[in-house]
Amino acid sequence: MSVLTPDIRPSAIATVNPVAKLAVALLISCALMLSIDWVSAAVALLLEGMLLAWCGLNARQFWLRTAPVWIAAPFAMLTTVLYGEDSGAVLFSAGIVSISDGSVALGLAIGLRVLAIGIPGIVLLATTDPTDLADGLAQVVRLPARFVLGALAGLRLVGMFIDDWQSLSLARRARGVGDGGGLRGWARRFAGLAFALLVLSVRRGSKLATAMEARGFGSDEPRTWARPSVFGLRDGLVVLLGVGIAAAAITAAVLAGTWRFVLA
Amino acid sequence: MTGAKVTASGWGWRHAGRSQPAVSGLDLDIQPGERVLVLGPSGAGKSTLMHALAGVLGDDEDGDETGELRVDGQRPSRARGRVGLVLQDPDSQVVLARIGDDVAFGCENLAVPRAEIWPRVRRALAEVGLDLPLRHPTSALSGGQKQRLALAGVLAMQPGLVLLDEPTANLDPEGVVEVRDAVLRSVRASGATLIVIEHRVAVWQHLVDRVIVLDPAGGVLADGPTDSVLSTEGERLAAAGVWIPRFPPARPDRRPVVAAAAEILLHTEDLAVGRVPFARKRAAVVADGLNLDVRAGRATTISGPNGTGKSTLALTLAGLLAPAGGRLAADDALAAGLGAAPHRWRSRDLLERIGTVFQDPEHQFLAGTVHAELAIGPRALGLSPAEQTERVDSLLHRLRLDHLADANPFTLSGGEKRRLSVATVLATRPRLLVLDEPTFGQDSRTWAELVRLLAELLDAGTAVVAVTHDADFVSTLADVRLVLEAGPGTTTDRRVPGGTVAVPARPAGGRAG
Repeated sequence: MSVLTPDIRPSAIATVNPVAKLAVALLISCALMLSIDWVSAAVALLLEGMLLAWCGLNARQFWLRTAPVWIAAPFAMLTTVLYGEDSGAVLFSAGIVSISDGSVALGLAIGLRVLAIGIPGIVLLATTDPTDLADGLAQVVRLPARFVLGALAGLRLVGMFIDDWQSLSLARRARGVGDGGGLRGWARRFAGLAFALLVLSVRRGSKLATAMEARGFGSDEPRTWARPSVFGLRDGLVVLLGVGIAAAAITAAVLAGTWRFVLA
Repeated sequence: MTGAKVTASGWGWRHAGRSQPAVSGLDLDIQPGERVLVLGPSGAGKSTLMHALAGVLGDDEDGDETGELRVDGQRPSRARGRVGLVLQDPDSQVVLARIGDDVAFGCENLAVPRAEIWPRVRRALAEVGLDLPLRHPTSALSGGQKQRLALAGVLAMQPGLVLLDEPTANLDPEGVVEVRDAVLRSVRASGATLIVIEHRVAVWQHLVDRVIVLDPAGGVLADGPTDSVLSTEGERLAAAGVWIPRFPPARPDRRPVVAAAAEILLHTEDLAVGRVPFARKRAAVVADGLNLDVRAGRATTISGPNGTGKSTLALTLAGLLAPAGGRLAADDALAAGLGAAPHRWRSRDLLERIGTVFQDPEHQFLAGTVHAELAIGPRALGLSPAEQTERVDSLLHRLRLDHLADANPFTLSGGEKRRLSVATVLATRPRLLVLDEPTFGQDSRTWAELVRLLAELLDAGTAVVAVTHDADFVSTLADVRLVLEAGPGTTTDRRVPGGTVAVPARPAGGRAG
């Protein structure tokens, strides 16, 4: 298993067109970006949670993959509570740290937002083969094939970065310049390695481009697609579900009186 | 489908920014279905010709074209789909993540209807003998399998002309045979015209019916049936670095070493080797139960199939990776006052003790010029400027790199890069030299120079450990052969060169040779 050929367990969500999943993730993100309040984020999170049962991830996979957002959310919340803009009754104050009714509400709103936006994104990634996503973007959204397939082929080179990085750092140790110099030496070596990796990748990328061109890629002639990417009724319903979640979150916040339009 | 006809009349190409043309005054006439081997010393423009025939040489911005080059009477860039090209580097030809999708890629670009693509993909994979599911990840393929995949991708396009640019140079012996046989089967089946570039003539000699030798000064040096060209031009080609079976490169004589003089530099007891995977703590062991002594003035070769941990073992012996288990100890003769564990030494302390030549020379280049590259080691040792200059200049001369002193290492040819990577290591005069596939993809001239240099170093008391698939290299230099086998445990094989005492590795894994 790798980034490009993930093991995807059969599930209801795995068979949905990746474009529909991407649309859902974008719809929810956009809706939640419009306001910073805890009600809209909580409603969206609740509704997403009900859908997770169909995502085909078992508990271990789910927690492992979403761990970054579970770590990020409390941190975002905590910093906002401590350092965020104060309003309402001040509950605690010491130096630049202060906790007020307003900062607690803001912190809660931001923490829930990180979860509500992060989780659909991760579920999208975990249940989508990058090749299928590229097929969808090119055939359903009609993005240019040159751009989509170029990016997909480039993604494969990223997978080789780790091996290259290791070889390059071993080679530097063998050349007598692999350690010493304290923090500054470390920073200089890191920059040197990063640059060497860039050079190596550009060279490999240009060879790959030649190989792709030799197989007829990049001309202006029309091309066919070996794997059909179909956007069916079910995919449309999934998008509607996303619209529904976004609408429910906004409506609930407006009714509860917590809606704070960020652009207002 | 029929083979394509190739013609050139007074054709030439000069890459933008170069003063001399890569190819000039070329006249060719290749008939449909002919199988042609193109030879010539490096710099004769073989690859340029292949890229031109494949239509990927670029346009006016990339260089100047003279004369005419035609495939079936058309400019190659207009003959899309008639020509398929397989390149040397297996890693930079894989386009997609799964083998079926990768083979289908060319057909999609040629707008082959979907219903026709998948039967073509299955047929092409069968022709190259890749009997794997269509969803098999391409990242899990060996080098030989990747080259066969690239060939399948070309065959699925049903081209009339198949171009192979050193398709087996980076493969182990099994991979070479796999690819050669796949090519043979498929061109027989399709009747396509075949043009191959390869240094190692023996691989293709019996498969092609015509040999064309390019002249670096322009035009064609020889052109005709395989046997007659090889017998009239063989000696000259061999001198220019082409591997001709009848004219093998010279092999140096090893001076017999007195057994007592061969002090132990490194020894291992039940050593296990492995790398630590990304974001893990423990190494994944790839070989274990390794017992061997590395002695001054002796060459140890490590061979065996891919994936048995040869390179990992070499990097561990070189003090670059920590042992995954067992014991690896440097004796006093090598450690010279440091601890017994080489991987704990400082980077600078390795320089005069253990030098490592990596498989890919580009991984170890750090400087902008050949001269600066060679000075890095001596400078890190803190030698005086006069001594730095002396060492650098003598190595430049010894490895025929004088004229390239100001060139960027990345712009050198394959053979020059290899010589430079060896020279950078020799600049600090290490007692032990560790090399990973030093002769991979090298022409016979570089091979002979490299082997002679190593023989001199051995005679002067340097220890050599080399990972290699190259049977000629092993039979010329090895004092101790270590053969790693798939699965746990290893076997060793002793060799008794004339008049010397064999120094076998200690019994290993219960299966000592």
